Amino acid sequence: MSSTLYDLIGLAAGVCFILALKGLSHPKTARRGNLIGALGATVATLVVFLYVTKPKDGSPAHSLPLHNLGWILGAIAVGLAIGVPAARKVQMTQMPQLVALFNGVGGGAAALVAIVEYLNLGAEATKAEVIFTVFTVVVGCVSFSGSIITFMKLQELMTTRPVVFPGGRFVIAGTLAAVLGVSGWVVAALGTTPLLVLAALSLLFGILFVLPVGGADVPIVISLLNAFTGLTVAASGYVLNSTLLIIAGTLVGASGTILTRLMAEAMGRSLFGTLFGAFTAKPQDVAAAGEERPVRSGSPDDVAILLNYARRVVIVPGFGLAVAQAQHTVRELADLMISKGIDVAYGIHPVAGRMPGHMNVLLAEANVPYDQLAEMDEVNPTFGQTDVAIVIGANDVVNPAAKTTPGCPIYGMPILEVSNAANVIFLKRSMRPGFAGIENELLYDPKTMLLFGDAKASLTKVVSALKAL
Amino acid sequence: MEPMAILSIFVLAVFVGFEVVSKVSSTLHTPLMSGANAIHGVILVGAIIVADHSHTNLELGLSLAAIVLATINMVGGFVVTDRMLEMFKVKKKGADQ
Repeated sequence: MSSTLYDLIGLAAGVCFILALKGLSHPKTARRGNLIGALGATVATLVVFLYVTKPKDGSPAHSLPLHNLGWILGAIAVGLAIGVPAARKVQMTQMPQLVALFNGVGGGAAALVAIVEYLNLGAEATKAEVIFTVFTVVVGCVSFSGSIITFMKLQELMTTRPVVFPGGRFVIAGTLAAVLGVSGWVVAALGTTPLLVLAALSLLFGILFVLPVGGADVPIVISLLNAFTGLTVAASGYVLNSTLLIIAGTLVGASGTILTRLMAEAMGRSLFGTLFGAFTAKPQDVAAAGEERPVRSGSPDDVAILLNYARRVVIVPGFGLAVAQAQHTVRELADLMISKGIDVAYGIHPVAGRMPGHMNVLLAEANVPYDQLAEMDEVNPTFGQTDVAIVIGANDVVNPAAKTTPGCPIYGMPILEVSNAANVIFLKRSMRPGFAGIENELLYDPKTMLLFGDAKASLTKVVSALKAL
Repeated sequence: MEPMAILSIFVLAVFVGFEVVSKVSSTLHTPLMSGANAIHGVILVGAIIVADHSHTNLELGLSLAAIVLATINMVGGFVVTDRMLEMFKVKKKGADQ
């Protein structure tokens, strides 16, 4: 295959990726967009087998097939055998972790490619090539270890609360300084040992960088690391002389940056605050407002009676619903109410679940008709005409403190205004505050009824009580 | 390749990347992130190139590890994104909002 044809096909794959991102940005074309992206990636991969790029050490390009072809195909088969079943079998509730993990291994792959490329760099290597290689090693390692930490947080293999230790900011700053210093050493000395030291330091920095991030902010960090990985791919493209990698990597880096900002905005977070919270974080006095205050708790029968005589009910699903795997039971309850002639809608907060849009995926999986899902701006004006709002495993996204208490961590975040409904029912496991660790005044409101227990068990009881009425 | 040509490609790709995703409903944030994540799996191409260039066992071992990881990233990423988006296929009404 001629080098021009090879480049043209690479260009076509790049165009596929642009169309893929464009398609993924709109609900109607999202699935097709993803398939176009997959097509581009497949074509790009197949074409490498038909054209040999010139090695960096100046030796002429050899004839086909590629060196180590059997090994390469074997490694791809191993990757397929791991990746495909993982992606097909994962529970939809655990999908955010899987995305984090996939992003991490991508970063790891980029770092490994850069390390091999570094070992391969001949005497003719330009300074620019060395610098880009070092950049890929550093950012790829940070993306890898950082993603592993986000995975562990989401999988609850470790605490979801910010991990802040005394003097943490100095450790982080010191590690960063060390990473930059050793980078300079690697560029100057061109040795294998400094490069391995650099990789180890970068892995450490990735861990330290993500540890102080609280569970609710983890999606923003995943998105940012995703953009980082994109940039490493672009840098590898420079070193490997591959236009395709430069285009694909830069696209992901740029769109990932914008997406990170969009996510932070939807959550009412400042990106800066999320990332550098570690430097300013103080241990929060969560227990301060711990005095006993009366709440009205009800039984499943009370809830069923309330629902039975309602005309309009809005269900507000949250994090706890996903954890309890209660989405199917919620749908059963909604169907039952609809059969009784009650107007039912789901009020979806943009950041309900573990990632923006996660709740829509979970409810769609439970076959909830799309027209019952109402976005926040749509549902908020209707709470005034709503008889009952059922909040299932959500807290911060309905906390009026976001509107009324300047200075609290979620102040300014848009919320679902369930307090305007005639009755509010909270399904909660305990009185523990939400992720943000703030008291929710709505829990003590006289029109609020609390139903304690696992969301799925409680809902099942409500369903059978409502059936009996 | 000419440094100037590379810089041009880079800068133009940055702007295209910014533009294509500037307005996305939060419903699609997760699938979009996942799809973009799958796209950077094309580092697989780079991994295959360095595997071809490998001279020593160390280099070959590292590049094969890179191929495994990149394949997981790329294929797994596209499959899981498709699964997420498949969930939305029932929505006929109101899909534009």
